[in-house]
Amino acid sequence: MSAPSRRKPPRVGDSPAIRRMLIASVLVVGAILVLAPLVVILYQAFSRGIDYFAEAIVHPDTRHAIWLTAATALIAVPINTAFGIAAAWAITKFEFRGRRFLLVVIEIPFSISPIVAGVAYLFVYGLQGLFGPALDAAGVKVLFALPGIVLASMFVTAPFVARELIPLMQAQGRDLEEAATSLGASGWRTFFSVTLPNIRWALLYGVVLTNARVMGEFGAVSVVSGNIRGQTNTLPLHIELLYHDYNTVGAFAAASILTVLAIVTIVAKVLLERQGAGRGGRPALASPQGPVSPQGNPS
Amino acid sequence: MKIRLDNVVKTFDTFRAVHGVSLDIGSGELVALLGPSGSGKTTILRMVAGLEFTDGGTIHFGDQDATDIPVRDRGVGFVFQHYALFPHMTVAENVAFGMKVSKVKRSAAEIAARVDELLRLVRLEGLGNRFPNQISGGQRQRVALARALAVDPKVLLLDEPFGALDANVRRDLRRWLREIHEELGITTLFVTHDQEEALDLADRVVILDQGRIVQEGTPEQVCRTPNSAFVMNFLGDANRLPATVSDGKARVGGTELEAAGFANGRANIYLRPRDLDWSATEPGIAATVTRVIDKPDGRRILATTVDGDHVELDVVPETVARVGDSGFVRIHRARVFAEAG
Repeated sequence: MSAPSRRKPPRVGDSPAIRRMLIASVLVVGAILVLAPLVVILYQAFSRGIDYFAEAIVHPDTRHAIWLTAATALIAVPINTAFGIAAAWAITKFEFRGRRFLLVVIEIPFSISPIVAGVAYLFVYGLQGLFGPALDAAGVKVLFALPGIVLASMFVTAPFVARELIPLMQAQGRDLEEAATSLGASGWRTFFSVTLPNIRWALLYGVVLTNARVMGEFGAVSVVSGNIRGQTNTLPLHIELLYHDYNTVGAFAAASILTVLAIVTIVAKVLLERQGAGRGGRPALASPQGPVSPQGNPS
Repeated sequence: MKIRLDNVVKTFDTFRAVHGVSLDIGSGELVALLGPSGSGKTTILRMVAGLEFTDGGTIHFGDQDATDIPVRDRGVGFVFQHYALFPHMTVAENVAFGMKVSKVKRSAAEIAARVDELLRLVRLEGLGNRFPNQISGGQRQRVALARALAVDPKVLLLDEPFGALDANVRRDLRRWLREIHEELGITTLFVTHDQEEALDLADRVVILDQGRIVQEGTPEQVCRTPNSAFVMNFLGDANRLPATVSDGKARVGGTELEAAGFANGRANIYLRPRDLDWSATEPGIAATVTRVIDKPDGRRILATTVDGDHVELDVVPETVARVGDSGFVRIHRARVFAEAG
């Protein structure tokens, strides 16, 4: 605290009144906007007792929705992870024509409404669409089936991993890879022994975010899935359906699953960020002189 | 291992970084590439390493054309300016990396023994279990060197090896690198923008400017007989005074200097501050003291000549001079260069 006689805040912009006001208003708004709805979901889900909740969860349509959501994530997340690593690598380690353009392209899903993506996929894969007739003739069903759901989810989450990796890989530069190569390591060896260990926390964080978004995606998926109960309904779509059926408890029970998933994601994110903070910085960026106090073993 | 660069060219986009550089480096020699930033010295080093490919010319290692051999197979040890130690590996793991990924298979015990030996060589015994962010900058530099030496390189390449270190750590490491070089005898090429470092460490200094070699020779040769105003300026503080040449003599402010072989007309003379003296009486170039800077080993006098040129002199501590004093600058040694040379 500052010396009371001088009545000056210890730092610029640190006057107690402003500080208290800001913290209080953020807490109040956060509670109303974020926390209250979460509490309501859990409360409503259990409002008719745990048995009713369990019954709602094990209902075949709900189980199918959970299965479909998990399957979508199992396909979309690994593909987008590989895509994100490749994109971040290309953008940060190579100089080429159209590099900035690629950066913008990767970010498009961030700025576009998911429902626009869904509609666009209808035009590409639908029966009147670009590839639709050809795919239909070949007997491949994209729309109103798992492939369409996966594609729409992948579109929406395409930037997540790349966005996490690009700043980090940019800061790391090419020195480490060049050092490994000059020591005789092959490309794969360099990637697995040098590149990957140094981006692993950011990568995991990107994967967690991608997963959360894939499981929660509503807009794009609702257009391409066709909303067929028990067949092409993912968990978010199923929640909406239950809600429109006036099955409030069922809707909230299903919603509580997604909520728990979200909480797990947040915990994972916090843990990863803590790990990331303990990660040894690049030697050159760490303090130039004198031993740094030993941090957590980064391996 | 001898290295020969023959008319090597490198162009980045439209910018030509290296213009036809030819250079011979003898086996076991320690050579410095010295130049200001943008002179192409690092690019040359990276081309020798194989981290950049040449756009023209050839690079030979001994009798073998190494121009198109990828860095992985070129057998060079490269030490990066910012060390590029793998932050997630211990010091020992860093040193062992090259041996582990080598096509020549070694047993774990062999590798461990070699790591110990190298850590002894770079005087880091007992630090093998530390991580790079737990050791000092000078220690990191030595780990980087041990790591590069672990693969038994034919050639050792160092990019601004001491650039990121404190001045006193730098001086120690420099002497130590010289000792290691004498012990191992590996042909070594290093890049620096610091003339003191180049002169202190190298058998031979190659001075570069704008992608071209401007002068090469032993430290003695480049210091005593700089072949251009650029080299004169780059190697140390130098005063420039405009002079007039006639009949093989350069005249400046009433002082005459030998200038055999120069065409009559205007020329520049370059003077090191130490090659000048301050005197209250003639002969000399009349000047007025504008500032005096005291240093542990003498005084530096800043003065303006009667012609309005600025000169700096390093004189013995006993010299009497105060701001505003009038006196004479005596020239003990000077070099004449044609104008715009």
